[in-house]
Amino acid sequence: MLDVNNTTRVELDWSGPERLQMNMGPQHPSAHGVFRAILGLRGETVVDVDAVIGYLHRCHEKLSETLTYAQYPSIASKTDYVAAMTSEFAYVLAAEEIGKFEVPKRAQYLRVIVAELQRIASHLLWLGTWCMDMGGALGGGATIFLYCIREREDILDLFESLVGARLLYGFFQVGGTRYDLPDGWVEQCRHTLDRINSRIDEYEQMLEDNAFFLARTQGVGVVSRELAEDVGISGPLLRGSGVNYDIRRNAPYSSYQDFDFTVPVETAGDCYARYKVRMVEFRQSIDIVRQALDKLPSGPISSRPALKSVAQIRIPKGEAYARVEGPRGEVGSYIISDGSAKPYRMKWRGASFSNLAILPHIIPGHKVADVVAIMGSVDPVFGEVDR
Amino acid sequence: MAAIPAWLMLLIAPFIVLNAVIGMVTYVTLLERKFAARMQSRIGPYRVGPHGLLQPIADALKLMMKEDVVPTAADRRVYNLAPIVFLIPCMLIFASLPFAPGLGVADVNIGILFFLAVSAMEIVGLFMAGWGSNNKYALLSAMRAVNQIISYDLPFIFSALVPVLLAGSLKMSDIAAVQQGSLLKWFIFYPVIGQLAFIMFVVSTLAAENRVPFDILEAESELVAGFRVEYSGMKFALIQLGEYAHMIGSSFLGALLFLGAWSGPGPEYLGPLWFLLKAMFVFLLVTWIRWSFVRIRVDQILALSWKVLLPATLMLLISTAVVVVWRTGGF
Amino acid sequence: MTPEQARVSLTQTLGTEVAAGVPLVVDVPPSRWEEIARYAKDTIGCRFFNFLTAVDWKEQGLEVVARVDNLEEGVSLMLKTKLGPGITNCASLTPVYRGANWMERECFDMFGIHFDNHPDLRRILLDDGWEGHPLLKSYAVDTPHPPYR
Repeated sequence: MLDVNNTTRVELDWSGPERLQMNMGPQHPSAHGVFRAILGLRGETVVDVDAVIGYLHRCHEKLSETLTYAQYPSIASKTDYVAAMTSEFAYVLAAEEIGKFEVPKRAQYLRVIVAELQRIASHLLWLGTWCMDMGGALGGGATIFLYCIREREDILDLFESLVGARLLYGFFQVGGTRYDLPDGWVEQCRHTLDRINSRIDEYEQMLEDNAFFLARTQGVGVVSRELAEDVGISGPLLRGSGVNYDIRRNAPYSSYQDFDFTVPVETAGDCYARYKVRMVEFRQSIDIVRQALDKLPSGPISSRPALKSVAQIRIPKGEAYARVEGPRGEVGSYIISDGSAKPYRMKWRGASFSNLAILPHIIPGHKVADVVAIMGSVDPVFGEVDR
Repeated sequence: MAAIPAWLMLLIAPFIVLNAVIGMVTYVTLLERKFAARMQSRIGPYRVGPHGLLQPIADALKLMMKEDVVPTAADRRVYNLAPIVFLIPCMLIFASLPFAPGLGVADVNIGILFFLAVSAMEIVGLFMAGWGSNNKYALLSAMRAVNQIISYDLPFIFSALVPVLLAGSLKMSDIAAVQQGSLLKWFIFYPVIGQLAFIMFVVSTLAAENRVPFDILEAESELVAGFRVEYSGMKFALIQLGEYAHMIGSSFLGALLFLGAWSGPGPEYLGPLWFLLKAMFVFLLVTWIRWSFVRIRVDQILALSWKVLLPATLMLLISTAVVVVWRTGGF
Repeated sequence: MTPEQARVSLTQTLGTEVAAGVPLVVDVPPSRWEEIARYAKDTIGCRFFNFLTAVDWKEQGLEVVARVDNLEEGVSLMLKTKLGPGITNCASLTPVYRGANWMERECFDMFGIHFDNHPDLRRILLDDGWEGHPLLKSYAVDTPHPPYR
């Protein structure tokens, strides 16, 4: 029956709660991608976390040295694949900064519109998967997940009629954008935004009046302001810890200074604060898109001639670091160019890589169930972490 | 028609009830899936049979045909016995439920006590499953489960005792009989006490059934199916059967204690139908809550039970006793 | 302090002229790497650690680049240090900025730069048994490495 020589015995140390090492991932329903966390548990409390990443590493940085400036933007969307538009944005901005290329006004406004729509879509996915992690795939979490996905599908429909692709686009190009708005797109966009606006009110009500949700998120995963800046987290995480910094406001790019929006800041630093920051960002993004649609100028969509060959775009020698405020934080691209059609070195500053580095500092001391809630509120996308 | 000898009755009645329960359990899974789907703006099972009506049968066939994978280092005897030990109490509770006056398998005069005691015995099977699997996740989940079910059985019992006090008897058919006659006689409409007791009963049921928001033991996002993780095929089906049977049994109990069991308009032979509808109402209420809320952490669950529910139900029980004595002029 | 004050102060501390611009590019000799980083954090107030990476300049050796920001005043510093031909050692910034931990592990992984005083220097993105450092210019893009390639 029982093979006494070949079984694992768990030795219980009766002097205290049992010490256990539990592996979460890399295949795990609530790891947002491939991520392995080796948790050291004492009873139900986590005492140390070893975060193992790199399962999705494709060495974008080496790859970019072999691809020209015309080829790479489509590949750039595969870093943060949930918010592909902002990923391309950073690369293209850096290239334009080195080459000092002017981007026409219409292209800038188009870029703002798609970037903000992408922010809404990304936050919808975040809300759905976070609630699903906390509520279970067979429970209340799945309900909110399906509602958010339904909304996100509407935005992806908009992108599909604009670019032709739902998830990974090749919309940006050095000098402007590749596509212009088709007929009827503006109407469809306004319609979608109205619908999403009313639905977000429903979700807020569903969650914020819910004592269970508050109990799971308030006081959990507190990141102090000092820790936030020291580790280098950005985006809603930074603003949830009290730092009033938004690249769109502090270092505006692509005509963001023309738009009127507020930057939410919360001081509590816990999961609930980050949730509130993102909920406000929803509404602000909708507002920005409406303003941009109202003020959209006519004109060319690119300052460079249309692409006829791969090596058409040459950038003079120089280097630049350009960054955008992505849904997850500061997505940046540091390009060193040597005058040819391919970059000499490209460093991709992924927002999720720095955000994820906060986990070993804040998780110890929490229960196992909180690990999931914290990871969800950090909202990593492993394309960006591993590149 | 010759009178059926008593010993034959003892075999036929449980047989019928058992089969009816198994049939009901499988179709209740379909009801839950359809209900949840409509809440999530989708349709649910649709293809197997007209509007998905044959889905439970397809699921049952699938589970019967699956390979039975047993982990090498599992404790065989405990592992194999666990689903059975889990299932038997969940089925046994139906023996004490009267579906109509005189229509029940064993309507003992300590009916409520029997029901509550037997339904708590599923914990043994649950822990056996977690222990016998020789799996860290299963063990962790089984420990959480024992913790949670024991903590919530007390408020469950106390809130179920409120109708007992109001009716003055532990016998199920007596409790149901007191609620016959008019709608307002149902214990749920008893001023204040009835409503409070019903709410506490529903909350305790949620927790004793490991349903979201208290389903910490099978939190898929953390423990991936909890104590059931090493079970496949028919043994898994047995565990599922037991869980849903327990769920329905508690719904029936709730309908009997608070919603007047078989009282309803129309002729007497419609009684069991009304009973079924009321039980389904309680079940759907629990399902509605399940599909709307996120789950709470284990320490918050236990805090809720010991610090809030237990004192509340105790107070409720004592005040019920006071009210009953005062009403019957005992003071 | 404002960007102009930061520039002046850095020029004084370093001894070499720091050009104006956004960001301020500061060339630091390797021996003063950690000291200048600490100066940036404590005196100039650049508490936000943005990123740290390296560049392979072939014959001229490796260069470590770090960017730190002062979010309130809007001061951005690009600290660069040329390690010199053949040298693969560098001081670690982990005692100064906690965010340097993972960034330096990535540099070690990709370039083979060994950071002294790093608490836990091991490969972060690649498999532990990987041979070679991919982002070096000497590492060909299609270098085979079973079972991945």
